[in-house]
Amino acid sequence: MKKVLFVIILLLAPLLAEADLNIFACEPEWAALADELGGDMVKTNSATNALQDPHYVQARPSLISQVRRADLIICSGAQLEIGWLPMLLQKGNNREVLPGTNGFLEASQYVKRLDVAVNTDRSQGDVHPQGNPHIQTNPHNIRLVADEMSKRMALLDADNSETYQQRLQDFQQRWNNAITGWEQRGAALQGKRVIAHHKSWIYLEDWLGLEEVATLEAVSGVPPTANHLASLLDRFADSNDADFIIRAPFQSEKPSVWLSERTGIPALLLPLTVGGTDEATDLFKLFDNILDRLLNAEG
Amino acid sequence: MRTLHLGIIWACLLCTTASALAQPESELDALRAELAQMRADYESRIAQLEERLDAAEQKAAEQQTSQVAPQTTPPTDPWQPDPASNHTTSSSTGLANPDLGVIFQGRVWSYDNDPDDYQIPGFPLAGEAGPAPEGISLGETEINISANVDDKFTAWLTAPLHIHDGEAAIEIEEAWVETLAMSAGLSLRMGRFYSNIGYLNDKHSHNWDFADQPLPYQAFLGNQHLDDGLRLRWQAPTELYLELGAEITRGERYPAGGASHSGFGSYTLRARTGGDMGYSHSWQAGISYLQADADDRAVGHGHEESDHADEDADHEDNPLLFTGQSDLVMMEFVWKWAPNGNSKQRNFVFQSEYLWRNEDGNYYMADGSGLPYNTDQQGWYLQAVYQPFPRWRFGVRYDQLSSDYPGDDFVDTPLMPAADDPRRYSIMADWSNSEFSRLRLQYTLDQAGLEDDNQLGLQYIFSIGAHGAHSF
Repeated sequence: MKKVLFVIILLLAPLLAEADLNIFACEPEWAALADELGGDMVKTNSATNALQDPHYVQARPSLISQVRRADLIICSGAQLEIGWLPMLLQKGNNREVLPGTNGFLEASQYVKRLDVAVNTDRSQGDVHPQGNPHIQTNPHNIRLVADEMSKRMALLDADNSETYQQRLQDFQQRWNNAITGWEQRGAALQGKRVIAHHKSWIYLEDWLGLEEVATLEAVSGVPPTANHLASLLDRFADSNDADFIIRAPFQSEKPSVWLSERTGIPALLLPLTVGGTDEATDLFKLFDNILDRLLNAEG
Repeated sequence: MRTLHLGIIWACLLCTTASALAQPESELDALRAELAQMRADYESRIAQLEERLDAAEQKAAEQQTSQVAPQTTPPTDPWQPDPASNHTTSSSTGLANPDLGVIFQGRVWSYDNDPDDYQIPGFPLAGEAGPAPEGISLGETEINISANVDDKFTAWLTAPLHIHDGEAAIEIEEAWVETLAMSAGLSLRMGRFYSNIGYLNDKHSHNWDFADQPLPYQAFLGNQHLDDGLRLRWQAPTELYLELGAEITRGERYPAGGASHSGFGSYTLRARTGGDMGYSHSWQAGISYLQADADDRAVGHGHEESDHADEDADHEDNPLLFTGQSDLVMMEFVWKWAPNGNSKQRNFVFQSEYLWRNEDGNYYMADGSGLPYNTDQQGWYLQAVYQPFPRWRFGVRYDQLSSDYPGDDFVDTPLMPAADDPRRYSIMADWSNSEFSRLRLQYTLDQAGLEDDNQLGLQYIFSIGAHGAHSF
């Protein structure tokens, strides 16, 4: 048996020698960032798309074969992928991308995590004791992760390290300019009150100075219940009690539409990541679109 | 500080004024002057105190900054993490090391016939196969402990708690160590584990879509094949998922028995492939082979819980022993659909397996006589589970067995199949409040046992601790 395997490995060896850096991103925002920083030196795959809840993914065959071939794995971490990433790593049999190696990048380790729970219990729902993992909605976090991602690419592909450095500088310059623009536009949103479907937006709220006054989910991760929605209707009886009801594309629109129709508070779909709306085709347009949607709803 | 002082002064002033109302005019003037003096005094002293406080605060602040300054480089990025607050733990499925999880299961079953007398003619059941006890009973309570040993090994323990003869007993169901850092896409697992043959064999009971295993698993594998051994697994570095695996095991557990060949009694081979079609569809297909040697293998006590002492005694009096070779081929196909891959809202799973086996050897009857037995048997099932909206799933399953004629010698023995192929029809509905809880209702029309049976069961499954894996 071993001999057979050995022969197969020899036959497949030429296929292994790929010029590109193979990047496995758990979420689309990291795939988009890897494309910005790596250009045609990298080949990226995203395990999830913007219309999927990144927590509820299964360790599918296609993902196992992607992990097997990956040179660098980039994931939000903070337990967002806890249901499937450990299994992919175990089944993928690829020692180059195990946690602790240069081939494994946990993005949330490089930003300031919010909502780090001191004491968690699952009666509070599917909370993440290491903090809220949806870090990508603050563009400053993207900037911080970009530094580390570029560093890793240069370490894994030393021949191109100068090009990675140049691309990073170029990206950071464009990104910082964009942030300045977004912050100017976003100033009008300071202090606006938000009802969120799930706690997916706290980094955005922190950045723009929005105030989250309620969530449609009574318990995090458990779909909104009729009882809880009724109590929200009591609390937010008219359109002056909050400014937006927001949800991600993969969350059911029914609860937010229901509450919006009865209160007059506008219900908004915001892209949580690249590809979440038709307009959010890359990282820059993602934030353009988030601001557009918020400001338009504002009127 | 100052307002407090002024407050006190004014309060005193009020008191004194009140008492002074009775005093003559000149004394009142003197008091007023005195009070004014006191006030001025206090105010100047408060001002002095405040000055000293300010100075002290400033000094303290200066000391602090001079201490911290060399460590952080000003100006700091306000969005950067606090180095102490972010830890790296994503490799593990929880905070604790090792991860600890407990699964709680319980059930209520009702039958037309006595499940203690359940048997499928032609297919003597072994292992944990067969219906659950009638009435209320605790299912398997399972403790899972796992962690990475170091950078090169990971370990897993599953220890179910069972009731044996009315007493609780802890068992070692799975206990294995697997390599993390072999090169070339290889990994080696050693210890006791569920064999990786078929689609369902290595799934723990709390991950099943129905309360019981399909008939071919019950008949050919004693529900699930488990043994002590080694597994080598290779993941191909190709775009198409391709996994090859081989196992060599002791050969102690059904369908093996007696740990023949000096304790290298059985082996398995497996190939599995799969992929995606767009975002919404994914599939997996596989073929596996198990060869098991049986040496005085006992069958026929097909009851999940052996807490019926008298019944065990029956079987000891009347064992059905097989010595020979059991060859089993399994083919699996699974197709999953979820709109845009967002399975949390809506999803559909179709799965089917086909099993073929040949057993060639001798059955030894109660009187000690040996009868040559060489028979082909088959079994298959089809099932579909649909989640139309979050939390609710509905499923249907059809499973059946068929057997060749084993020979006239086996008339009136449990090895003689009935005229009609054994089959069952099952439907189920389950509700999951969260990923960690599930309640299930299942109805089965059983046409596999001696008589047709209506079986109705209610089941709960809860898990605490480590986050379970979302396996495909």
